Amino acid sequence: MERRVYLDNAATTYVSSEVLNEMLPCFNAVYGNSSSLHSFGREASHIIDRARDRVCKAINASKPNEIYFTSGGTEANNWAIKGIAYANKHKGKHIITSQIEHDSVLEACRALEREGFEVTYLPVDEYGLVSLASLLHNIRKDTILVSIMSVNNEVGTIQNIKAIAKTAHENGILFHTDAVQAIGAVKIDVQDMEIDLMTMSAHKIYGPKGVGALYVKNGVKIDPLIDGGNQERGKRGGTTNVPAIAGFGKAVEIATRDLVVNQQKLKAIRNYFLDKVMERIPYVKLNGHPQQKIQGTVNLSFELIEGESILMLLDLNGVAVSTGSACTSGSLEPSHVLKAMGLSDELAQGSIRFSFGKSISKDDVDYAIDKLAEAVEKLRSISPLTKAGRKKEKN
Amino acid sequence: MEYSAKVIDIFKNPRNAGSLRGANAVGKVGNSACGDIMKIYLYINDEGVIEEAKFKTFGCAAAIAATSVACDMIKGMTIEEALEVKNSQVIDYLGGLPPQKIHCSLLAEEAIHAAIEDYYRRKEKEAKDEPDGDEDEE
Repeated sequence: MERRVYLDNAATTYVSSEVLNEMLPCFNAVYGNSSSLHSFGREASHIIDRARDRVCKAINASKPNEIYFTSGGTEANNWAIKGIAYANKHKGKHIITSQIEHDSVLEACRALEREGFEVTYLPVDEYGLVSLASLLHNIRKDTILVSIMSVNNEVGTIQNIKAIAKTAHENGILFHTDAVQAIGAVKIDVQDMEIDLMTMSAHKIYGPKGVGALYVKNGVKIDPLIDGGNQERGKRGGTTNVPAIAGFGKAVEIATRDLVVNQQKLKAIRNYFLDKVMERIPYVKLNGHPQQKIQGTVNLSFELIEGESILMLLDLNGVAVSTGSACTSGSLEPSHVLKAMGLSDELAQGSIRFSFGKSISKDDVDYAIDKLAEAVEKLRSISPLTKAGRKKEKN
Repeated sequence: MEYSAKVIDIFKNPRNAGSLRGANAVGKVGNSACGDIMKIYLYINDEGVIEEAKFKTFGCAAAIAATSVACDMIKGMTIEEALEVKNSQVIDYLGGLPPQKIHCSLLAEEAIHAAIEDYYRRKEKEAKDEPDGDEDEE
């Protein structure tokens, strides 16, 4: 196999060895059902307790019992949105979210709309920020939930979560945030930030796939989404996935412990990457907020060419990235996030997300930039679009 | 979604890429909203045979491969034969396309038609004006 460089850490990460070592004994040495009363069950139960403590500490929840393990971010988002809507429908049927949320929030909201709930999808500015003014403007008497993601997965923009949460609370509304991309990238303190519900996932922070959690502040009423046994205090049925939860707990602990160091390293990599790209490739636009962003995610639009073909050429050279182009989604619509930020179709189609991981080397970045410059040049040489032609069309 | 080896191969080394000096038929289809823009350049001789075909494409790997193949297929054909080329032939030649990429083959078929329409338009115009040779593109 030729050289491979993974620049798609916002999609998923490898499981770090510290995490893997935490998980391995849970597959065979400690295999009890954590709900069982005997010693096998108690052993498993202790592992779950420890993981819950770790997550609790990492996000500064007031009690470990505010952490509910789920099958991942998608389930946690679905549960937060639908569970709050169902438990509070006597108070109102209106929900506020944003246009740039993850599909698991948007589709959960659309499902509720089909059941008679009303949803407002707030616009964002060119940097991907939700404004407090538009939030305030859209709050109604019957609004029961505001759900705004902490960090956007495509462009890395960080929202003003504390201010948004405060605004929701001042109006007697619950606040949920999808923090899947935020854990390990920005400091999260659910008490200080006044968060009522928060979605987390393990596989973006060097933990295993198929596990995540929903933080639900004590006192918040939420209906279960998955009925079944008495697991997770009757709020989420299903035999607890002990190895995955053990790995998740460890992964959150490490991500929080190493946050500052990792972000410093990623910042250096990001700046190096951007400088080199801008130096070598003309007509590139950086998407996202210039300051209020996480360091690991860089979203660029390459003018005059389409993202999937860039992705494919990079893939043929072992470099893994993702794109907001329509081609990958199976629909004919380019990224809803970039469109909401006001990008033209062409720029949205030509977008590539590079997301760096903590073990990236400068060598890898250099290799990726070489291959990127080659790919862009090759595709531009066969593009029917030209800078001159585009200016003409605009005028 | 996975591309056939043939699609990847042609995408990596597209034949017929670039504009064509002396083209007397140019067809452009698609738009950036749907993600693909194809431009086909033809030189059609006095016997109505397509002597040369080239393309420029903004789009995904399938779109680029489909236009490359379409140009290959119609080279040496008469206009009438080229108009008979179906997107299914492009798909076959490519060793199949993922379902969401079928539209790329349709667009390639449309691009051929658009270029030939352009040829007829130019001929009509020539017949009306004084005929003064081939029009250059670019």
